[in-house]
Amino acid sequence: MFGLRRVKTLAATSALAVGLMAGAAQAADTIKVGILHSLSGTMAISETTLKDVMLMLIDDQNKKGGLLGKQLEAVVVDPASNWPLFAEKARELIEVNGTSVVFGCWTSVSRKSVLPVFEELNSMLFYPVQYEGEESSRNVFYTGAAPNQQAIPAVDYLMKTEKVERWVLAGTDYVYPRTTNKILESYLKAKGVPASDIMINYTPFGHADWQTIVADIKKFGSAGKKTAVVSTINGDANVPFYKELGNQGIKAEDIPVVAFSVGEEELAGIDTGPLVGHLAAWNYFMSIDTPENDAFITKWHAFIGNEDRVTNDPMEAHYIGFKMWVQAVQQAGTTDVDAVRQAMYGQTVPNLTGGTAVMNTNHHLSKPVVIGEIQDDGQLQTVWSTDGVVVGDAWSDFIPESAKLTADWTYPWVCGGCETPKF
Amino acid sequence: MIMQGLIFRAFDRGGMIFLGILFGAILLLALSNLMLPPDHTLHAPTYMVSLIGKYLTYALLALSVDLIWGFCGILSLGHGAFFALGGYAMGMYLMRQIGDRGVYGNPDLPDFMVFLNYSELPWYWYGFDMFWFAALMIVFVPGLLAFIFGWFAFRSRVTGVYLSIITQAMTYALMLAFFRNNMGFGGNNGLTDFKDLLGFDLQDDGTRIGLLFASAMALALGFLICKAVTRSKYGKVITAIRDAESRTRFLGYRVDRYKLAVFTLSACMAGVAGALYVPQVGIINPSEFTPANSIEVVVWVAVGGRGTLYGAVIGAILVNYAKTYLTGALPEIWLFALGGLFVFVTLFLPRGIVGAINGSGEGSDGSGKGRQMLDRLRRWRSARAVGGES
Amino acid sequence: MIARILALMIALCCGLPALAADSADLPGLIEQLPTRDYAAMEQTVNAIAATGDPRAVRPLQALSDGDLYYRKSDDKVVIAKKADTGLDLFEPLTGELLENVGKRDARRIGINNNMRRALRGALGSLTLLSPDRDVRAAAAQALFKSPDPGAVEALGQAIGAEKDEAVRTAMEEAQAASILLSDAADAVKIAAIRSLSERGGRDAMSLLKALPESTPAPVLAAATEGIDAIEAELALWATAQNIYYGISLGSVLLMAAIGLAITFGVMGVINMAHGEMVMLGAYTTYVVQEVIRQHAPGMFEFSLAIAVPLAFLVSGSIGVLIERTVIRYLYGRALETLLATWGVSLIIQQLVRTIFGPTNKEVGNPDFMSGAMEIGAMTLTYNRIWIIVFALVVLAMLMLVLKRTPLGLQMRAVTQNRRMAGAMGIRTDRVDALTFGLGSGIAGMAGVALSQIDNVSPNLGQSYIIDSFMVVVFGGVGNLWGTLVGAFSLGIANKFLEPYAGAVLGKILVLVAIILFIQWRPRGLFALKGRAVES
Repeated sequence: MFGLRRVKTLAATSALAVGLMAGAAQAADTIKVGILHSLSGTMAISETTLKDVMLMLIDDQNKKGGLLGKQLEAVVVDPASNWPLFAEKARELIEVNGTSVVFGCWTSVSRKSVLPVFEELNSMLFYPVQYEGEESSRNVFYTGAAPNQQAIPAVDYLMKTEKVERWVLAGTDYVYPRTTNKILESYLKAKGVPASDIMINYTPFGHADWQTIVADIKKFGSAGKKTAVVSTINGDANVPFYKELGNQGIKAEDIPVVAFSVGEEELAGIDTGPLVGHLAAWNYFMSIDTPENDAFITKWHAFIGNEDRVTNDPMEAHYIGFKMWVQAVQQAGTTDVDAVRQAMYGQTVPNLTGGTAVMNTNHHLSKPVVIGEIQDDGQLQTVWSTDGVVVGDAWSDFIPESAKLTADWTYPWVCGGCETPKF
Repeated sequence: MIMQGLIFRAFDRGGMIFLGILFGAILLLALSNLMLPPDHTLHAPTYMVSLIGKYLTYALLALSVDLIWGFCGILSLGHGAFFALGGYAMGMYLMRQIGDRGVYGNPDLPDFMVFLNYSELPWYWYGFDMFWFAALMIVFVPGLLAFIFGWFAFRSRVTGVYLSIITQAMTYALMLAFFRNNMGFGGNNGLTDFKDLLGFDLQDDGTRIGLLFASAMALALGFLICKAVTRSKYGKVITAIRDAESRTRFLGYRVDRYKLAVFTLSACMAGVAGALYVPQVGIINPSEFTPANSIEVVVWVAVGGRGTLYGAVIGAILVNYAKTYLTGALPEIWLFALGGLFVFVTLFLPRGIVGAINGSGEGSDGSGKGRQMLDRLRRWRSARAVGGES
Repeated sequence: MIARILALMIALCCGLPALAADSADLPGLIEQLPTRDYAAMEQTVNAIAATGDPRAVRPLQALSDGDLYYRKSDDKVVIAKKADTGLDLFEPLTGELLENVGKRDARRIGINNNMRRALRGALGSLTLLSPDRDVRAAAAQALFKSPDPGAVEALGQAIGAEKDEAVRTAMEEAQAASILLSDAADAVKIAAIRSLSERGGRDAMSLLKALPESTPAPVLAAATEGIDAIEAELALWATAQNIYYGISLGSVLLMAAIGLAITFGVMGVINMAHGEMVMLGAYTTYVVQEVIRQHAPGMFEFSLAIAVPLAFLVSGSIGVLIERTVIRYLYGRALETLLATWGVSLIIQQLVRTIFGPTNKEVGNPDFMSGAMEIGAMTLTYNRIWIIVFALVVLAMLMLVLKRTPLGLQMRAVTQNRRMAGAMGIRTDRVDALTFGLGSGIAGMAGVALSQIDNVSPNLGQSYIIDSFMVVVFGGVGNLWGTLVGAFSLGIANKFLEPYAGAVLGKILVLVAIILFIQWRPRGLFALKGRAVES
């Protein structure tokens, strides 16, 4: 009796499943662009904005007549801040939806999770966030900063301008801060900073109680030498960190904090009055006054329908990445991944901050580096910038194992991490 | 003799049908993926193969939760921990199989260790280059943790909500621990970039089908074990503990031992599920330990129908399919749908989908619980009605 | 003009007396401020300070506050304030209103940290003789933080003229700090070191440690002595500081857990949506502050006072709504309330994300919650002090409600024996709804407090839910005293482990301790006794 019912249940469910899955595949008369950013879960805070930017850019391109005579179609999925789900959704985008290119990921682990999928299916991913380097995949273009485009210039600035001699390297315990701090530690030691003048501290994700650590920083900073904090603290934990800094009265004049993961978007959640003068290093600031940037900000405000929304560095990275991809597709005359990849090398796009971004053969961009101080309106005001652009370095020179590796995807190297050319 | 009895009990008609459908569907899927050309309308894309494979491992995990929750009344909100531990054991084996193909080309150390300046392999990584050892650990590590945890908890009669909360504390503590890069398990990024399993290339369609079959086999085996256990005399005691723990104890049964045994068995099953999950999704990292994940497993079981075994399987597959579909089709609002589903099921289908379809007829296995619940609810309502009138 | 500046710079570099510049140069110097060359700007600021002209305070303060602009049309330096439309421009020296211009017609003169330090010192030496006591005290503080050998003399004059005891001490300390950097005689320096070690604290120690190794031996010896004394004192304070941190963390845990102590502890509902109630409270604060910012900026100090009852109402009524539509059907199925409320929490999270967007929202600290006070070497931040007070007040009020009001009596009656309570004429369903509403409302009030120290984002609740459950279970379900003791002991344990084990390992150890503790006392610290507990 109940056996039969069970059969019915199972049959009904499997029929439902197969039916729904088959419905997903469809004919393609548009060029599909996948957007793989978390819209829920812990990373939604940062990633939702990037999805919106992509929709804006695609919309804009369509208004200009699309690409290769076709319209672009955005395919948005939600990997829900769940790393294995990123891999699944990436496969879905490529295999089921047939996307020509995917823009997405924020955290390193999500990129690591989707990497094998993109390599296996030979598709293309644009990754827009500053990251730890130590990677160059044939199938990924890294439009965010590598450590040498962010961390090293910032430390140089502090040494030269603020005469900092003692360093606190504070970060969230994951691969980006670990790598950055490792690079910085060896860089600082090479510059003659003794080990006793470097303090390294790691905290978990979403750390909310910073009382002890801020007190430790104060203590470390009272040794009679100018002290600075290099912060690689990630996203969410920054708000309580800065609130504690402000309230415990650590002023930028005394112990400046330079951050690599804090931009306009993160500052929008904090009253920045007590934080004026703390620093951030990026490749883009919303406050930089260029006609391109003005136009971008105006367009963004019109698209999102809110004048208060800010723009930030990963948004510019997507802007550059998307423009480059469009140019490469036009040049190649096809969306075929191999052809587009070849066309990507040497592609140039004007930066929103002036100068020109170039895609190098190691899949990293050449971009300018800017260092800014936090203002009371939540903006970052440039206090230093590179004269020209800095070439993104996939393998850091300050980590012995990686210093010997070269990433170059053109003849004769054709390799993301080799000691000798393949050909 | 005993074995025979167990096996006999397991293969009742419902069980046979369940297994038949399971393997039929898998076989069809495999054939259409391997035999049919990619442009054929009935061709199953590789995407679907690994997806179904993943669902099956989730189903096994749900089954293990159903065994203790549906039949023994232990609501574990930390079963994801056992799943993840099994996954890590498998992940460690897969990491060792990479050998010198990592980015730094170190033959002895996985990439993340090279990077974190390890000079040699930590002791707890020893042996994971051998499959048999890893396979043993997949069952042993979650089993051992469950045994130790359960031994403490059941001996001191921690029950109900308290037990649920401390299982949650357990998985939360493990999550924090595995997040630490100093633990030697790859920190937040976990273990990834696997190459091959037992010499088979993980990116090969054949390997994927093989893993799919292995998952189906494991699920079938898990199903049979659960069936056998719950139908045995031992299973009757377990159910008695669920329905009236004190009474069972007064009857002279060592309640804690029964609970401990079934809890450990369940953890081992979860470990196997995790081990099969990892090569199919290609990554294992501490987020598998998040308490939210474990709660979700319980939700699958509740949606399918607790105490029915195959209900748990259906629940796991259905909820996960819904998740897969909705995150793609309605990325902005899928959480409304999922949250609404949970509320709906608890309110209107207290016995899950299976219970609802089976109607009020005498269900199999654990539906006595449902009846009790209904009775209690009825009594409850009448009591409240009295209160309201006066 | 340029030649004059150049001459001035040379004069300054050569260490000639700072009084070389006179007030007549002031307007000219101020016009030199707009430059991207911060080194040059610093020279200009020093030159302005050297005039000793009190009129210089206004433009320097404006520069430090980021209010100093230059007009694009003629590059004139002005002070700009945001007006209803565009910017109001003021004359930098006199402060008289010049005109109103568009937002983009004037540009701010940017400064960096070096400039801020220079400005702090400059403003300090300019305001030492101010008639306002607080200004003088602040000036002394500023000079202590930016010691400058050139200010020794000015400080000496100010000390002579100072009547206020506290301010004079501060000035003497500032003078001592400046003397350390000067080329004064050893005896003078040793006296300065004495004065500094008497002051104590990290800043003084930092100054002592900064003495170069070339310092004469007797001075260095005195400094070492001073450092040792300060360090011994600081070590004592460190323990007190740790206890305070523990209490502060405990109060945050308590705040987050009190509501759960009602919905879970008293009613037995495993309320996974508890965190979302907290989150709704935090968003209520955000909305209140937004409304105030737009319509009544003067009311900002009262924003939290307005937000607390509102948050209670918002979260409370949503709690009642949840109880009426979902939870009332699930009494007696405690574990299943977990599933339903889990679903509810997903829905609320996504709802907030849809309405307010996924990004963090800015919730400001009113002035009385900003900053910190120093007790000895301890820094007590005001926001955390208020949270401790608030948590205790809320707990006390809740106890009063439960013990002294008819509603509290009914709640306890219904919890202890529902049917009997019903038979006595209590409308149990109404009491259920109100109890759940009360618990949720308190969670909402917790949200107001947490918005002051944490992110206001849709994920806010998630980060507190597990800790809240731990506190309630550890303390003993159904006992508010247990929640109180539980929260503070977990907070203090965490903070004492943190310096030794690190933040993560400390937390793991606490979790393991809770698991083991539950084995020992399966019903928590303060277990309820009696038959009702067993069912």
